[in-house]
Amino acid sequence: MSVSLRVLDDGAWVSVNDAREVSVSELWRLDDPSFCGCELPDFVVENVLDVGADGRTVSAKVYGQCIACGQTGVPGWVPVGRLREGEFVDIDRERVVLPVRRGDDDE
Amino acid sequence: MPTDVERWKSEVYGNEIREHLLEFAEQGWDTIPEDERDAWFERFKWWGLYHQRNGQESYFMMRIGTPNGVLTPGQTEVVAEVADEYARGPAENPIFGNGYVDWTTRQSIQLHWIKLEDIPEIFEKLESVGLSTQQACGDSWRNIVGCPVAGKDKHEHVDALPVAMELNETFKGNDDHSNLPRKWKVSITGCREGCGQGDINDLALEPATKEIDGEETKGFNIRIGGGLSRNEPRLARDIDVFVTPEQAAEVSGAISALFRDNGDRDNRYNARIKFLMDEWGAEKFRNVLQEEYVDFELETAGDDLRSEYSYNSGYADGGHSDHVGIHEQADGNYYVGLDVLVGRMGVDDTKELARIADEYGSGEVRITQRQNVIITDVPEEKLDALQDEDLLDHYSPDPHPFMRGSIACTGTEFCSLSIVETKNRQVRYARWLKENVELPAGVEDFHIHLSGCTASCAQPQIADISLRGMKTRKDGEPVEALDIGLGGGLGENPNFAEWVTQRVPVDEVPGAIKNLLANFEERREGDETFREFVARTDEEDLAELVEPEETSYEDPMMHNTKRTWYPYADDDSLDASPAPTHGDGTPITSDD
Repeated sequence: MSVSLRVLDDGAWVSVNDAREVSVSELWRLDDPSFCGCELPDFVVENVLDVGADGRTVSAKVYGQCIACGQTGVPGWVPVGRLREGEFVDIDRERVVLPVRRGDDDE
Repeated sequence: MPTDVERWKSEVYGNEIREHLLEFAEQGWDTIPEDERDAWFERFKWWGLYHQRNGQESYFMMRIGTPNGVLTPGQTEVVAEVADEYARGPAENPIFGNGYVDWTTRQSIQLHWIKLEDIPEIFEKLESVGLSTQQACGDSWRNIVGCPVAGKDKHEHVDALPVAMELNETFKGNDDHSNLPRKWKVSITGCREGCGQGDINDLALEPATKEIDGEETKGFNIRIGGGLSRNEPRLARDIDVFVTPEQAAEVSGAISALFRDNGDRDNRYNARIKFLMDEWGAEKFRNVLQEEYVDFELETAGDDLRSEYSYNSGYADGGHSDHVGIHEQADGNYYVGLDVLVGRMGVDDTKELARIADEYGSGEVRITQRQNVIITDVPEEKLDALQDEDLLDHYSPDPHPFMRGSIACTGTEFCSLSIVETKNRQVRYARWLKENVELPAGVEDFHIHLSGCTASCAQPQIADISLRGMKTRKDGEPVEALDIGLGGGLGENPNFAEWVTQRVPVDEVPGAIKNLLANFEERREGDETFREFVARTDEEDLAELVEPEETSYEDPMMHNTKRTWYPYADDDSLDASPAPTHGDGTPITSDD
């Protein structure tokens, strides 16, 4: 089953199957100490740069900053939702810790 | 690989979008196939329509381009009528009501809650008086900005208005320039005060004089690659080219073509010409322009007037910092600049503006880049009666500095990108500051710009105090916050604000400004301006002077206003949204 993944509105949204699902301005806890040195960066999303799927996990590359230390930048791929039978299933991104996956294209 | 947007543009773009737009309008919003909506919404921008954010589906923001900010006699009245009839939404704004006009920082007009089904009637009304939404958004020549009193100003070097209008005529609907890699913002000004704000535009034509064949010739120097967005602010760079008014359109077209052919279409974040300028530098840019795009020998730059620039400069050098107030024109009549707090004016007030402009002036109204309006051509003997009009009680030609200096973008009320509420918040801030904070003696211009995100539509980096939307936690809970920057401004030597304090909860920002101004007054040397004070103070010291704190100011919009369908609705939850709706405003249900 093909799934359409897009970044829309100049980086304001992740769109899945032509529906806007994930917005900038959310506050995420990232399991990614390498981003800024904070154990769990408290990360505000300012721009969506890319979106992709790895199996059933929908992940995004985003620009933003850790509100605890101020470090700005782009962490690795952050899971933002899951696909179930081709449908997007939201996760409670502002309340769970999101494990960041570093890919080959990360520094 | 081309982006989705480039692919959509390659299929249908430019003038041809109009017939599709009118067809969808005829058949209804819900006839746009779901899997084509994003493509069509992207294309509709070219005709001035932005689909509003989540929770407001089927409603559009409409931008009307008014070249150089000029509304000719009769146009303001039609804008007010269109807003009255078509720009009313399903919920009311607690400060501005329902039905209002936004005057923008690019001398344009924005209306909200527009229904696609009403577009044919709206276009007919607008076009009957020569107004258009064409290319107001999208990847092409946007509304051309300039000195809003061009042709009226007593002190201008050259009247740039005919050139602005020629550029508008030449590049609106021009198939060779209708599909650029990204937006294309052009400023042209002939005044001595720098109010075209060319430094922050993709293409800037600025007043200059050049000796050509032994004759002093007035015209324009060209700068390229300015812009504020995406944490990548740039000042336009001098490419060492002078053009006469007669050459301006040809050379501007050549530069636009160079951008069309060389801009990055694979990455929209890298697509603006400022990034091409980063890559090439001014010298290579000029060489490519000369060798591949212009058939005659370009003149080198002439003598400019930048040392006289005062507009939005933060320097008290005697020139205008804005266009508010009563000023004599070159013809002996006067123009009267009215302060419109955050640029938003209710429909009834806009109708009054049109009436007053007609009764006391020529009927013309002009829009400034500081979100204000100007009534032009007022004879001296009518000035007193004009000032007695009730409208001027609210939109004053002599406002308090905190009202006068406030600019705000659209914010989360309607915009997808914004992180925080902006316009209403800036109104609350300005009113609280006016009541509670004394400005140091002699400070009459003090600019506070609030932008909801890094797109920088409120031009935050060029204000005395720059506010930019952010998030933080307060008592463990996520709240809306603002980064605070200081000391930005244009003028002869423009510079962007230093972001000295990050992520201040929005209810502590007025206290931060109050403390900062008290600290400024205490440390001020002579009658230096705030920008001068910031320039001579270390960044670390500045951060210590900000001192955020809670005060009597209370902010009702601390929560995530983006997670609402409309932040001011009684039930603001996304589930309570009436959208999408039919043309008559009734919700579209699954039974439709």
